[in-house]
Amino acid sequence: MSATVAEYAPRLEALARKLGLDYHPVDFELVPTTFMMEVAVYGLPVRMPHWSFGVRYIHQLIRRGMGHSRIFEVMFPGDPCHAYLVSTNTLAENTLVTAHVLGHADFARNNQLFARFEQMAGTHIVEHAAAQAHRIEAAVTEFGQQRVEAVLDAALALEPHVDTNTELHRPLYPARPETAPAASPEDPFHQRFKGLPGEKGAPATSKEPGRTPVPPNPEYDLLWFIAHYGPELQDWERDVFLAVREESFYFYPLFACQIMNEGWATYWHARLLREADFLPESMYLDAIKAHSDVVRPFAAEQETALAVNPYHLGFSMWENIIEKQGIEKARQICREEDDFGFVRNYLDRELAEKLGLFVFQAREDGEIKITARDIDGVREAILAPKFNFGAPRIYVSELRHDGTLVLGHDHHGDGRGLDLDRATRVLEYLRRVWRRPVILHTADAHGAAHELTARKNG
Amino acid sequence: MSDDLVTPDGQPPSRISAEVSWYDLFSRGARDWLRHNEKVREAVKQRVREFISAPDVLTRAEGRTVLVPVRLLEHARFRLRDPETESGAGQGAGEPGQVLRPAQPQAGKDEGAGRGGTGEGEVNFVVELKIDDILDWLWDEMKLPELKPKQSSAVEDTELVREGWDRHGARSRLDRRRTVKEAVKRRAIQEHPVPFTDDDLRFRQLVRRQKPATNAAVLFALDVSGSMGETERRLAKTFFFFALQGIRRQYPKVETAFLAHTVNAWEFSEEEFFRTSGTGGTAASSAFNLGFELLHSRYDPARYNGYLFYASDGENAVEDRDNAAAALRKLTPELNYMGYVEIRPSHGRSSETEMSAILTELRHDHPAVGVARVTSQEDIWIALREFFQQQAGQAEAA
Repeated sequence: MSATVAEYAPRLEALARKLGLDYHPVDFELVPTTFMMEVAVYGLPVRMPHWSFGVRYIHQLIRRGMGHSRIFEVMFPGDPCHAYLVSTNTLAENTLVTAHVLGHADFARNNQLFARFEQMAGTHIVEHAAAQAHRIEAAVTEFGQQRVEAVLDAALALEPHVDTNTELHRPLYPARPETAPAASPEDPFHQRFKGLPGEKGAPATSKEPGRTPVPPNPEYDLLWFIAHYGPELQDWERDVFLAVREESFYFYPLFACQIMNEGWATYWHARLLREADFLPESMYLDAIKAHSDVVRPFAAEQETALAVNPYHLGFSMWENIIEKQGIEKARQICREEDDFGFVRNYLDRELAEKLGLFVFQAREDGEIKITARDIDGVREAILAPKFNFGAPRIYVSELRHDGTLVLGHDHHGDGRGLDLDRATRVLEYLRRVWRRPVILHTADAHGAAHELTARKNG
Repeated sequence: MSDDLVTPDGQPPSRISAEVSWYDLFSRGARDWLRHNEKVREAVKQRVREFISAPDVLTRAEGRTVLVPVRLLEHARFRLRDPETESGAGQGAGEPGQVLRPAQPQAGKDEGAGRGGTGEGEVNFVVELKIDDILDWLWDEMKLPELKPKQSSAVEDTELVREGWDRHGARSRLDRRRTVKEAVKRRAIQEHPVPFTDDDLRFRQLVRRQKPATNAAVLFALDVSGSMGETERRLAKTFFFFALQGIRRQYPKVETAFLAHTVNAWEFSEEEFFRTSGTGGTAASSAFNLGFELLHSRYDPARYNGYLFYASDGENAVEDRDNAAAALRKLTPELNYMGYVEIRPSHGRSSETEMSAILTELRHDHPAVGVARVTSQEDIWIALREFFQQQAGQAEAA
């Protein structure tokens, strides 16, 4: 069986290159379903051990047991890319998946978000993550499970709290404020500006030089901040935070481009199979059947779904774009956008109507109602879960002299306050590694300011 | 894969491999799941009393394990509070305003269930814990003393132990090492030695010796008269269960007998014991007399460490008072310990009852008698601690 996939794969690749796909080579590996499940749980083939993955693993097992979830393929961008196919899938399915992976590989090489990450972190993140996992396992041997777990509890809880707009390898804050431009008197523009009538010199800054506030501005990259400014962290603990942060950077393009990426890969597997005249007729039919299962918007025998299938949405959008504006335009979009730009700029009213997209509201009493079908509402409803890596906007607002860490939550921006129970527990995780008090400002159920504190012995 | 296939831009072609890999032999998911379970056990351990007090725990008591229902641990993350209404994007037919699903009568309670794909759902599972482990935790937590077998010389078993050698004996007790030694000595002084003679043979000998008894007999007596309701019985059952487990920790062999009484007393099997109910009056003396008979017919006080635990709501017929007191005076000296639990969940701790009056009097003469009152699950631990501490104190003193 595997030999036959290997037989078609090179010919599919030749076809893909002929059609203009441009990608790093892909290492395909046929793996058992159990391994596939684990990859889906961990997000990487080899990743640090943590009990929370065990919980996700059991959920995944249960879902698989109920037949709800079937994973066809997992692909890790890099050079080479790594793709895993399920060894028990049929030949037709795996042929389809091979074509699909080539689409992903093309996307990952060309999209700007992926390219930016690759440029910052290199192309061997899979190997890198494995090395980090081994270092953490070594730390377990050296420092004991409890201590390593405490660090991972904190670091993994903050997984989405990174600032992907900053550099992966980012310099520390400058020690003193960069001398204000006003302080350079020889600047001819400022000299003449000051000479204007009615213009006084800048008021003498009363701030004593030396200590700048840390952070100088609200800092949204919590993992980075803790790794570098934790007052009592040991080096290996800082490394754990940075390891989680690096993986988080790696996951971000996948997260932020899911609709585009899955749609693109689906478009290409459909097209490659259609044009692969070397495939036997029966296999093509089987593969296309698998394709229609993947892009099905609703569960069987249902007419509505309370979720949008990213494969279906992305695929429909790419077909629409390519049909109306041509493949070159599509390639440009593929390079330049992420899901936010993609959905806002290219999901038009006509397509949304054709797909039957709507906004719904679910009340606590269980009533679910369609509330709108206008295009702006639909776009924002699709994108809402993707803002800020899907997490509340939490920032470091102050590092006090006594080492107290003060966090803030942008509850105006997020629309409501945090789940206080969970937030308290996260603060407790943090306190154990920060080793000084940790404070968080958010809003309570009535929108009033609320302060949570985690400190030792209470 | 053919080698002639070189990609247009000169890059190496992709490859497919299918060799057996490490992941066939090792599951990270299972490893982390085990670690999760370990943490659950730690959590259970820390709150073992709460868990064990849950009424559904003891159902598998006949085995050596109990099943404790627990929740999966959640790794907390920052999350927005649940909104009153949740919006999302969906796909399909329908006009704005159309209700896709009407309000569910109970949806408010099972929070989030069925909501559009928000999460992983609640998975409950049970951990199976060894009763011995739980008891270890409990004993640690409550700092309960270990029981000591009765030190009295009256409680003795005989056992056969090896002691000494003889030139005659059964073949099975031939001591080869010693026999060879004898042969070596003999050959050293003989001029024409033969390998073995009958005189070389040495056999191990056995002698009878007395040793302290390590058997325990535990009698459980329960008042099943009309006034003992379901709650009372459940409390009694929980108490008995842990009392028995505590004794089992100390004795390798524990025998049990279950007595229930109204005006008369009967012996029951363990299963029937708690299901039995009777009506009418209460004469505790019947149970104590039956206990005395059993002790003498089946569990010879010279061979067994005897324990009696009696649970009742404290009511006893006034005319039975003298009989009951007399029966107890006869029975108690034969026992290591006698514990009385008064179960009065609905009465509070106020009034002095018939039974407690009898027992309090008995305690003056017999220090190995304990009295405790139980009104709720939590009291059971207090009662257990009292009994075991008092009893260990007795053993020290003896």
